[in-house]
Amino acid sequence: MRLPPTSIVPALLAAVSVAACGSDAPRSITTVSWGGSYGRAVNEGANIPFTEATGIRIEIEDYNGGLAQIRAQVDIGDIHWDVVDLEIADAVRGCDEGLLEPIDVNSLPAGADGTPAAEDFVAEGRTECGVGNLYWSTVYAYNDENIPGTKPATMADFFDLEAFPGRRGMRRVPQVNLEFALIADGVPLDQVYATLDTPEGLDRAFAVLETIRDEVIWWEAGAQPPQMLADGEVIMSTAYNGRIFNAQVLENQPFVIVWDGQLLDVGQVGIVAGTPRLAEALEYVAFSTSAESMARIARRISYSPMRRSGMPLVTTHVVAGVEMEPHMPASPANSARALRYDWSWWVDHQDELNERFSAWLAR
Amino acid sequence: MKVSVAPERRAQLRALGLVAPLLIFIGVTFIAPLATMLTRSVHDPVVADALPETLALLEAWDGTGTPPEAVYAAAARELERATAERTVGQVAGRVNRVQGGLRSVVTGTARDLGDIGQGPWREAMTAIDEAWADPATWHAIRTTGERFTARHYLNAVDLQRLPDGSVASQPEERRIYLRLFLRTLMVSGVITLLCLLLGYPIAHLIARAPPHRANLLLVLVLVPFWTSLLVRTTAWIVLLQTQGVLNDILVAMGLVSDDGRLAMVYNMTGTIVAMTHVLLPFMVLPLYSVMRGIPATHMNAAASLGATPLQAFLRVYWPQSLPGVGAGALLVFILAIGYYITPALVGGSDGQLISNMIAYHMQTSLNWGLAAALGGVLLAGVLVLYALYDRLVGVERMGLG
Repeated sequence: MRLPPTSIVPALLAAVSVAACGSDAPRSITTVSWGGSYGRAVNEGANIPFTEATGIRIEIEDYNGGLAQIRAQVDIGDIHWDVVDLEIADAVRGCDEGLLEPIDVNSLPAGADGTPAAEDFVAEGRTECGVGNLYWSTVYAYNDENIPGTKPATMADFFDLEAFPGRRGMRRVPQVNLEFALIADGVPLDQVYATLDTPEGLDRAFAVLETIRDEVIWWEAGAQPPQMLADGEVIMSTAYNGRIFNAQVLENQPFVIVWDGQLLDVGQVGIVAGTPRLAEALEYVAFSTSAESMARIARRISYSPMRRSGMPLVTTHVVAGVEMEPHMPASPANSARALRYDWSWWVDHQDELNERFSAWLAR
Repeated sequence: MKVSVAPERRAQLRALGLVAPLLIFIGVTFIAPLATMLTRSVHDPVVADALPETLALLEAWDGTGTPPEAVYAAAARELERATAERTVGQVAGRVNRVQGGLRSVVTGTARDLGDIGQGPWREAMTAIDEAWADPATWHAIRTTGERFTARHYLNAVDLQRLPDGSVASQPEERRIYLRLFLRTLMVSGVITLLCLLLGYPIAHLIARAPPHRANLLLVLVLVPFWTSLLVRTTAWIVLLQTQGVLNDILVAMGLVSDDGRLAMVYNMTGTIVAMTHVLLPFMVLPLYSVMRGIPATHMNAAASLGATPLQAFLRVYWPQSLPGVGAGALLVFILAIGYYITPALVGGSDGQLISNMIAYHMQTSLNWGLAAALGGVLLAGVLVLYALYDRLVGVERMGLG
């Protein structure tokens, strides 16, 4: 392959400068996130500005959640991940197991309006080792073209095969689905986890799932629901709201999100325990969870900032130019009937319910 | 004689030196991880290391009612220490696997104990969480406290140890692994058979074709082999889904109605079709290389001696191609048994295999002990099948050409 001469010169210069630096190499850290459209939003909204501001380079790696890789690195003592974008249940579990560094909220910068960080973050946004970054949500969505006439509007409609015949997409995990089943069955939002906590409540949730199980297509990856909706493989599907937003706004898909009964969850950023680049990692966490960074990310994907002062900064999408507010899971209109994901309940019951759910699926 | 021994030994040493890198490589990348995995499935010292005194005192407890105050005092002290050393989460996670719901009891109690200076500890701990008055909680701690344990293997075959020490089945709704093992074996068997049925004629065709055409055919076999697994799996989704190419063709031909489109993906059919396609080259290549070594004249000779084509095939060609059949079948079967990306994507509700559960316990639940035990059972199963194969066919007859 022949490179044009103009590209060879900078490449050579870069090679020479790297070689010349030798031991005094530029500082760099590895940040790990979820890839896809969210990974791109974090990269443009936080990573690139961070490198410009501090000179610390960032290596990006993608993962699919879970603590396995972090635990392997901490156990062996060879740590090459520094900052990880985590689900809140993993942030808490990782903290309990000594896999993550505790982070003092007072070391984080004040909000955009000068509010100290401790007050600027919404209460559910911080854990001992994790700093909240964005709200995200599991909702269900449908393809407007494939449902003529009356449109589904409530969680109960998702489970109503008579009014809306056709296949549904659901994630192949017990969490979220059991909550949705109870909401559809008329359990008040503030009673959902109390109901799940009883054996009868669990049986009830599984019984509701049973009513639609022959019509469900189970998905694994977040990219599948928009694809299945576009193909007409399913008439509605549970999905991450950001993925549906992307399809709506950037690909002009006629998808509609039903916010009723949505399950609101929070993302966390944490630092791998024992990293030799702790100072740089802390610097990155402080920068990437600032109100300004959150807002820059939220202008690229519809996940709401977890700092109060960050919300007013989110205006329009950087490419499509649409107002972000109507697409945000935590906006007042959309979260009127939202259930907060109870990660602590799931941390306790994940193992047994996963076995039960798998056994139920295999029957 | 004495003179000749030294050079001989030197030659041996040199030979050993030459294979040493390979031996070390196998040791580091294969034997060591395998040994670690098998150790993990029976050895779990976390709770035993964190709560030694509590466990020693629990030995004397008869298992009914609540344990004596001394046990509570030791547990309080050791839980507080585990919190300081940040191992309490690992203890809590293990106890939680025996009795769901105990994770938050253990971590929450450990957190709150810091504010309580002194006993009586039984009242103090029970006040933090009533679960401490339940004998089941202490049974769970005692069970996880075994340094060497069979509970992962019991769990892997849907059994559990009851508080009185007897072994019993898991409750109906948690019985999952045995069914998945059986399904995995069955699916792998079907895929192997399909690969053989499809691959045998292809390999025969390539082996008998003139060189230039054989090369072209080989490339056609290899191109999918070189294509990304995810691309091939996704391509099958596009072809097989209800609004997909194949259904569209069937509807256009009038073979099925528009409402009666066939469900060929996100179920067992999809898993078998996609995996057969993905694994087909592993059957064709060994078959081809063995068949290339069978002289074409043998069939002619058989015919000239009066054999019908079928007789000639069954008595002359088939026995000679058996080493390739054995190698291909074993290769496909063993690969199929451990496959998990394809079933995860196209498997739907009934297409999940045991490897998906192993991945789940490795990555999500972090129950590496159970993952290792499931892997151990799978390994044992494969070894048994291999031994069976050796008995019936003979491994020395297996050939890659």
